[in-house]
Amino acid sequence: MNDQDIITRLNSVFRDVFDDDSLSVSENTTSADIEDWDSIEHINLISAVEDEFSMQFRMREVSGMKNVGEMIAIIKERGKQ
Amino acid sequence: MKELEFPFDSRYIMRHRRGIKKQLLADGSERIKVRIAVLGGSTTNDIVSAMELFLLDSGIEPAFWQSEYNRFYEDAVFGNESLESFHPDVIYIHTTSCNLKYIPDDPNETEDDIKQRLEMQTSILKQVWTSLAKNFGVPIIQNNFELPLYRHTGSYDRWGITGRSAFIDRMNLAVSEYARNCHGFYVNDINYLSAAVGLEKWHDPDSWFLYKYAMNIDAIPDLAYSTVCIIRSLYGKNKKAVALDLDNTLWGGVIGDDGQEGIEIGEETAEGESYSMLQNWLRTYKKYGILLTVCSKNDAENALLGLEHPSGILRPDDFASIKANWQPKSENIEASAAELGLLPESFIFVDDNPAECDIVSSQLPSVRTIEASSVKDTLYRLSRSSWFEVTDLSGDDLVRNEMYAANAKRQAMQKQFTNYTDYLLSLDMHAEIADFTPVFLPRITQLTNKSNQFNLTTRRYTSKEMEDISRSSDRIRLCGSLTDKFGDNGIVSVIIGRCEKETLHVELWLMSCRVLKRDMEYAMLDELVHQCIRRGISRIMGYYYKTEKNSMVAELYGDLGFTLLNKSENGSSVWNLDLDTYENKNKVIKVNEKEKIYE
Repeated sequence: MNDQDIITRLNSVFRDVFDDDSLSVSENTTSADIEDWDSIEHINLISAVEDEFSMQFRMREVSGMKNVGEMIAIIKERGKQ
Repeated sequence: MKELEFPFDSRYIMRHRRGIKKQLLADGSERIKVRIAVLGGSTTNDIVSAMELFLLDSGIEPAFWQSEYNRFYEDAVFGNESLESFHPDVIYIHTTSCNLKYIPDDPNETEDDIKQRLEMQTSILKQVWTSLAKNFGVPIIQNNFELPLYRHTGSYDRWGITGRSAFIDRMNLAVSEYARNCHGFYVNDINYLSAAVGLEKWHDPDSWFLYKYAMNIDAIPDLAYSTVCIIRSLYGKNKKAVALDLDNTLWGGVIGDDGQEGIEIGEETAEGESYSMLQNWLRTYKKYGILLTVCSKNDAENALLGLEHPSGILRPDDFASIKANWQPKSENIEASAAELGLLPESFIFVDDNPAECDIVSSQLPSVRTIEASSVKDTLYRLSRSSWFEVTDLSGDDLVRNEMYAANAKRQAMQKQFTNYTDYLLSLDMHAEIADFTPVFLPRITQLTNKSNQFNLTTRRYTSKEMEDISRSSDRIRLCGSLTDKFGDNGIVSVIIGRCEKETLHVELWLMSCRVLKRDMEYAMLDELVHQCIRRGISRIMGYYYKTEKNSMVAELYGDLGFTLLNKSENGSSVWNLDLDTYENKNKVIKVNEKEKIYE
């Protein structure tokens, strides 16, 4: 899985969760860039990403993730096709 | 919506919930608005969002109020202004075993110590329940308690006196007992639900540490659905009838090809045994007041032959309506519905043939269909979808099948008469029409919240509102019950009118469809006019608010001699009746005879 594959799949997760087909995430995207991405929606987002890549984030990763780039790095390490 | 029907894909629902919500809201259907306060002992946000979807899909548009994290006790017992100004219609207390602060943790404790813990724990909850009941008087839904995943002592945790599982068992008994003795209090059985999901999947300590969710995020839709089943039952959204295919649904094989001796039902084969279990299961639904109907592509005599199989359990007279012919099944469901005075939306349709299920879904989208690919799958879907969730089991529910059987006898008798009035007279009908009395309030409220077709305004009332109305001095209230030679129909009609000087405004007038065309509406109006005149009221204003389901009474006021004052573009109308020249309309029902003896 290369970064681009991961971004494409992440993008579809983000679009579903935030119900916004115009979203386009990059490594630098943070919660500040997406209006509805608050602490409540973060839970839902994390669980949808985990489901998409059949993996689980560790607790400190869930609370410490600063941008989509960090998410991609973790997925690259542990995510499945 | 298919995605929200049981068994649903929880992850799909949560990932797409915004889109699903948007789609549901855009479908233009009418929904009852219900205000739900959620008092949580743990986080409730996603539970509320999942509940919202299932409610919207069941014809209910919710507004939610949520307590701050773990403030359920304080909000209930010490009061909370924002909760009070929210005016909830329903309160859901989402507590779990995480909130059992007196759960034992010391093997040295004695039976008495544990009893004391139980008392302290139940008294906290009882304070919550009684103060909510006192302050709001609305239905309360309370979770019971799930078993723990981790145990210190293995099975001993369940049977040893100091075990946590043992404590939870006793708490659950206490919650159930409270519910049995308290009207308007309902248990959400998360003890069952967590077991059905599997404790290993239900529990997820990480969700607690990270977000203070008391269960795995993936289990949230299951919890939400279970809660919604109770709410939709309270608001009359349950199904009332099961339309059943026959061949390979109620028995194995095809009666038309295999003959009575060739179909499989009974103990001889594994498959036959499975169909016996299904028939038995359905017969028990019938005892709870669920109507069974046959909807089968068969010659009528073959259908009866199958239902008379010596090892069969369901017999022809167990069915409130039998449609065995070659018409499209959607038409047969509509015909059964019309016969029984129901709407097609009250039906679940069960058929082994996916094509038949498809046709019914596309022609009658409000009918839920179950593809009966095997008996175990049918039982699973029928029971877990919980469309027959019981909240208040009234005496009416238990005798409903008898009432429909009596209706069939009435119809048979009607054929002996050419003159309809002669037929009505022959029924020897007696009505009691009087003010609400406390003992009838639950039934009046239930009927009011369930009636859709003969319902002029379709106003809904909580138990508390109904109690207030029953004490209000500016209201005229009537509830009517009807008996005839074939049986007692119980309370079948309700009127609430508000007096304003010399005018009575009819806020509510409804009647159960099982007494249509019996002139009961005449008897009700006669009594209403009688009471108005006694109170010096000279005119009655009637209102018809059009809904998707009440076109049956669009012209009722006109037919009763009211004058049309105003008709709006949406089909609703306002009517007036001057009482000075009113003449009694009912000629066939004897009304309030008991009262007259004493007068």
